Amino acid sequence: MPVWLTVVSLIGLCVLVAVLLRGKDIILFNPKGLIADQQLRLMTTATLVMFEIAIPALFLFYYFAWKYRETNEKATHDPHKSYGKLFTFAIWGFPTFTMLLLAYLLVPASHKLEPQKPIYDGIKPLHIQVVAMRWKWLFIYPVHNIATVNYVQIPVHTPVQFDLTADETPMSSFWIPHLGGQLYAMTEHVNRLNLMADTLGDFEGSVAELNGIGFAGMRFNTRISTQEDFDKWVAEIGTSANILNTSEYEKLLQPSLNHPAAFYANPAPALYSNILSKYTGAHEHGSDPTEHEGH
Amino acid sequence: MREFLLGRLDADALPHEWHTIGGSIGFILMLLIGIGFLTYTKRWKWLWNEWLTSVDPKKIGIMYFIVGGFMLLRGGLDAIMVWLQQALSSGSSQGYLSAQHFQEIFTAHGNIMVFFVAMALIFGLINYIVPLQIGARDLASPFMNTLGFWLYVAGVVMVNMFFLLGGEYAATGWLAVAPLSGREFSPGVGVDYWIWSLQISGVGTTLAAINFIMTILKMRVKGMGLWKMPLFTWGSLCSMLMAVTVFPLLTATLFLVFLDRSIGTHFFTTDAGGNAMMYTNLIWMWGHPEVYILMLPSFGIFSEVVSTFSRKPIAGYKSNVLGMVGVSTLALSVWLHHFYTMGAGANVNQFFGIATVVIAVPTSVLVFSWIATMYKGRIRFTTPMLWFLGFVGIFALGGISGVLLAIPPVDFQLHNSLFLVAHFHSTVIGGVLFGIFTGLNYWFPKMTGFKLNERIGRYAVWSWIVGFFVAFTPLYILGLMGATRRLDHYDASTGWQPFFIMSFIGGIIICIGVALQIVQIIASYIQKRQLYDYSGDPWDGRTLEWSVPSPAPDYNFAVIPEASTRDAFWDIKRKGIPKPVYKDIHMPKSTASGIYISIFAFLAGFGFVWEIVWLSVISILGVIICLIARTFDEDIEYTISAEEVEKIEEARENKIRALQKNAASGDDMGLIEFIKVVLKWAWGIVRSKS
Repeated sequence: MPVWLTVVSLIGLCVLVAVLLRGKDIILFNPKGLIADQQLRLMTTATLVMFEIAIPALFLFYYFAWKYRETNEKATHDPHKSYGKLFTFAIWGFPTFTMLLLAYLLVPASHKLEPQKPIYDGIKPLHIQVVAMRWKWLFIYPVHNIATVNYVQIPVHTPVQFDLTADETPMSSFWIPHLGGQLYAMTEHVNRLNLMADTLGDFEGSVAELNGIGFAGMRFNTRISTQEDFDKWVAEIGTSANILNTSEYEKLLQPSLNHPAAFYANPAPALYSNILSKYTGAHEHGSDPTEHEGH
Repeated sequence: MREFLLGRLDADALPHEWHTIGGSIGFILMLLIGIGFLTYTKRWKWLWNEWLTSVDPKKIGIMYFIVGGFMLLRGGLDAIMVWLQQALSSGSSQGYLSAQHFQEIFTAHGNIMVFFVAMALIFGLINYIVPLQIGARDLASPFMNTLGFWLYVAGVVMVNMFFLLGGEYAATGWLAVAPLSGREFSPGVGVDYWIWSLQISGVGTTLAAINFIMTILKMRVKGMGLWKMPLFTWGSLCSMLMAVTVFPLLTATLFLVFLDRSIGTHFFTTDAGGNAMMYTNLIWMWGHPEVYILMLPSFGIFSEVVSTFSRKPIAGYKSNVLGMVGVSTLALSVWLHHFYTMGAGANVNQFFGIATVVIAVPTSVLVFSWIATMYKGRIRFTTPMLWFLGFVGIFALGGISGVLLAIPPVDFQLHNSLFLVAHFHSTVIGGVLFGIFTGLNYWFPKMTGFKLNERIGRYAVWSWIVGFFVAFTPLYILGLMGATRRLDHYDASTGWQPFFIMSFIGGIIICIGVALQIVQIIASYIQKRQLYDYSGDPWDGRTLEWSVPSPAPDYNFAVIPEASTRDAFWDIKRKGIPKPVYKDIHMPKSTASGIYISIFAFLAGFGFVWEIVWLSVISILGVIICLIARTFDEDIEYTISAEEVEKIEEARENKIRALQKNAASGDDMGLIEFIKVVLKWAWGIVRSKS
């Protein structure tokens, strides 16, 4: 009775999940960027490698439990069965082999998909400086001389480097799941997250690490547009009368919930380096965060 | 003056929100009912002499179970509140909790489940069973054991204190990550309650761990070498060794946070050179081993159960032991996998990734050892065995998702998502909690003298397993859909709500499972005449705890046995039990010192929370004086003479004979019968009153 009950409930659960999933975007299975795509491939491969050991093991486990049940008179009973060297070798060998295989996947992938590493050698990525604030994300485009809050637009097929830091905010994690994995934004430090989109569209980004009461509302839209649209958009924001000067920044520093998207022209040139030096307290930083090697 | 006397404590601290007021009323009512019951039945003295001041590890074990059981209900209530909020708060609906409340609740849920439920129940089993398995009469230091227990109770009171006084708990997540837990971002007393409840109970854990290491290493019976030790004892030994290694780290880290918050140092703050990343490292250097501290005794329980109910010795005993030792050693070197995303770089990440993946090897060895044990066995599907069978499926899911999370590039996508939440619930519910339930069903007759109802027990197992999958499958999917953990609200456009609702329904099914477990215990009590364990060996057991009568006598063993093989009792049974020759038995005396010390420790912590300096100073002095006074107490043992032992043993045999004459027979009652019996009983009371 419990056996068929289990099977029925498992099937029922699968059907229910399948019904609920209709028309839903399973983001990690639906990558829109190079990094997310490679991370998905790695995840799939690793899962298959583990299935190679887990499925036979689970099958044997439940098969033996059923076969050697007390009421089964036909099954042999051998309480003095001895287990030799071969058995020991097998139970250590199989998992070791599997895990070696995983390590073989893991090591090169860790280097290849290290988020701080530029996606292409020699191609200078688009720099966007990101500041985690309570509770909104500030994006500064140092080259384009504009800034946005809770909205980021990037051109498609262009490597982008997000320089993450935080100001007067606990550790936050910057995550655009459609494009790739997350990285922490912390005061005093710059973490560089390299991503590249390959599909046009609007994708949601969020903060993944708890950072206070405004946590759930600290979301932003990521728009992937063509290079022309991007340039047009930059020019449009650049002529806006909304300027991110020091007093405007002080206003942003005040904690706020569910902050709407906002757009600024002409962010103060040393804004980002001032945010950093506020915590390091040391020398003046240049606006190019590559100077913070080896933090 | 007022500030000197009361520190930060003022009228604002009294509960004034619905959830704290509700909690306060509930707690006060429960207290009043308890006090009323004890006074009405005149049981105060009995409670104090027989239980509270007892140094008997069996009684302390049962007290751990009672307190831990209540905390399980409390933590479960938190879980249901979290589930309900997330099921409701999509789009325009904000749910029924504010962000602050919601965050306090999941923080409390995590703390309570790990520190005050899982640790307590594991310690409960270790206390009761380990001395019996190794043939010891008590622990190496009985006093340290009662002190450890009462410090744990002080922690429990502290973690619930905000219901009575001081309207908030930490809203920082269960590990209170810096700098969020600093004064800058969490100015209230919530984090201070967190610090001191963990600090006090953590010291208790360290003491208990030292005690069990000494006991296991020094007090085994003649003939029981380390390679003949039962596997639950092995698991406990590995676990306690880990606890001794890492709990001092927790103590030190909490102390640094306390300094940051109270006197304004800058260990983990954002400014003045503080380093929050250091906090993350330190807390996980303790936090990761912590989950294995809970896991290893469970592994041991599963090994015992699969061997007993397959009627075979464990297959690959040495591999099994080395597996547990391997897990406990490797677990100390993987902490960084909790924060690959902090940006340490590929070289560091890959090291910890490989270390984590390697842990799967000894863990798999354990699973293979269980599979081989069942091979050509004679398997009885009793409730402990069913819990075990459920565990393996759920734990495999947790293991696979865990290894995925161990691969740094994959972790960047899954970290902090609900996938992660589903992963660690798979391991902790599947591994730790199911392990505890397995152990409870297995050893219940040894603790109480009667077996548990199998029928309702089976219903409970199935509710838990079904509830688990209904609750956590959606969380795995939500994680893949990009849902982060700890959200008090989300957009309707995400399409997450159906899955959150499904998860909530799973939570309700789990609640039904918990209710059935309570019913199982009550029904067994009602039917105990037919469930009595007369022999002390209801399952045809293999290890020494089954060689003594159930419940075990105060001195555990009237005659200390000898162990010649791994399955010591199995061997004794085959050879025939020799006629006992009694000798004098030395037993430790009860002491209330542990209670006094813990009261002072609690008051010191309370003083620190509210910045009442005089209270803390006096209380710390109190702790020291009590400890010194205890060391001068030399009258700590009493002797039961051989004749008395013989009399006690005879009396028990007579009692068992009398019970046997009076025995009832029949099937275990089902749910309907249980409801009938309860209604009949209630009707009887109503009738006799009117």
